[in-house]
Amino acid sequence: MAHHDHPPALQGHAHVGHVVSLRLLFAVWGALMVLTIVTVAVTYIPAQLLGPFTLWVALGIAGIKASLVALYFMHLRWDRPLNGIIMAISIAVVILFVGGALTDTAEYQGDMIPGYAPDMAGAQPKPAGAPAPAPSP
Amino acid sequence: MAEAAHAHGHDPSLQHHFDNPEQQFDSGKLGMWLFLATEVLLFGGLFVAYAVYRANHPEIFVYAHQFLDKRLGGINTLVLICSSLTMAWGVRAAQLGQQRLLKILLSLTILGGFIFMGIKYVEYKQKWEHGLLPGKHFTHKEGGHAAGEKAPAAAPAAVPAPSGATATQAPATTTTTGASAAPGPAARQAPEATTSTGASAAPAVTTSAAPAAATPAQAPGTLKLEPSLIKRAPAGPSGLAPTARAGAEHEAAPDKVWIFFGIYFLMTGLHAIHVLAGMTAIGWTLRKATLGAFGPTYFTPVDLVGLYWHLVDLIWIFLFPLLYLIH
Repeated sequence: MAHHDHPPALQGHAHVGHVVSLRLLFAVWGALMVLTIVTVAVTYIPAQLLGPFTLWVALGIAGIKASLVALYFMHLRWDRPLNGIIMAISIAVVILFVGGALTDTAEYQGDMIPGYAPDMAGAQPKPAGAPAPAPSP
Repeated sequence: MAEAAHAHGHDPSLQHHFDNPEQQFDSGKLGMWLFLATEVLLFGGLFVAYAVYRANHPEIFVYAHQFLDKRLGGINTLVLICSSLTMAWGVRAAQLGQQRLLKILLSLTILGGFIFMGIKYVEYKQKWEHGLLPGKHFTHKEGGHAAGEKAPAAAPAAVPAPSGATATQAPATTTTTGASAAPGPAARQAPEATTSTGASAAPAVTTSAAPAAATPAQAPGTLKLEPSLIKRAPAGPSGLAPTARAGAEHEAAPDKVWIFFGIYFLMTGLHAIHVLAGMTAIGWTLRKATLGAFGPTYFTPVDLVGLYWHLVDLIWIFLFPLLYLIH
């Protein structure tokens, strides 16, 4: 069976789909394993060195890993383009969704007027309203 | 191989409305990719929840992630990647008509799913034991003694305690200290008490202000709550992101830690359901494989189930760093 590295080994059968070579499969697997270890290793770098980039490093490595899985394990590299386009659109929509939600979130300030945010510790004006809920009925 | 031989004539696996196996395969695959796109969107909603809560409360995420086992999560990532390899290899085996190898590889893939779920079980069990459950079931306390039982007991105890100001003064102070000592759920269980006494520096004011609302904690555990107030302050992990809040009490556990675990359980839980579904689907293809259903012209089920399994792996690739590797 070892000679089945390429579709021609199928002796002219009507062949469907692309057969990925074993070497490529294992290379991708190795890259995924190494990148997983790298993601974990990155967390041991003191947070001060990477600062706000830790999240982006983590997401970047995850993105590379996801691309490897999608392109090789999921055959997108050899597939009809439409499949890849569908996937790309869905991911783009999620990014849009997350991005939109985050930009909106950023518009709200916790304490525009200091001390007036409802769950701020040390909110002074609250005690007056506090006993109300219990005897309200 | 025998199957491949008579695939030339009337291929039983080729539906009559397709011109040839390739068209049938492409159509099936397109349908699967459309389904996978909806799966991405389904998880997308949870990623939005994650992003918004993390943006609003970074300190909760930094604090809470220390309760996740980085090692177990990492091992699970590796397990899923290995099972993705066996799955991709299985598709190849099906394409090449390697029946025995196909069965072995599908079995190994299912085994990977079992290992993943086993480790997940261990992790969930730890969360359960530490009271790190989502929403109202969150009973975890920093320094974790009696306070854990206090919060649930507070609500029912509120009914038989309409006593006068002199009687309520002692319990009232303890509830305030208890509530501020136990930021997460206690703050939620008794919102009136905490908002009124968030400062906790002026018990005299609060006891007089909240005669009825603050009575709840006449439970026997009241006295035990006092020491937790003292011990708690320096106990938090270093490097907590300071938010707008001021005051020493936030150096320990931040408020509303249960939010993180709600998101954690939703995301990993939905993912685990997908792992189970994937294992079931692979089991189904394994059964078909034992019947010799697959060959070079017909391996669509193996391929599509494989796509699903890879997507499950792909989502975990994002969940792992986002949930376990925060810092």
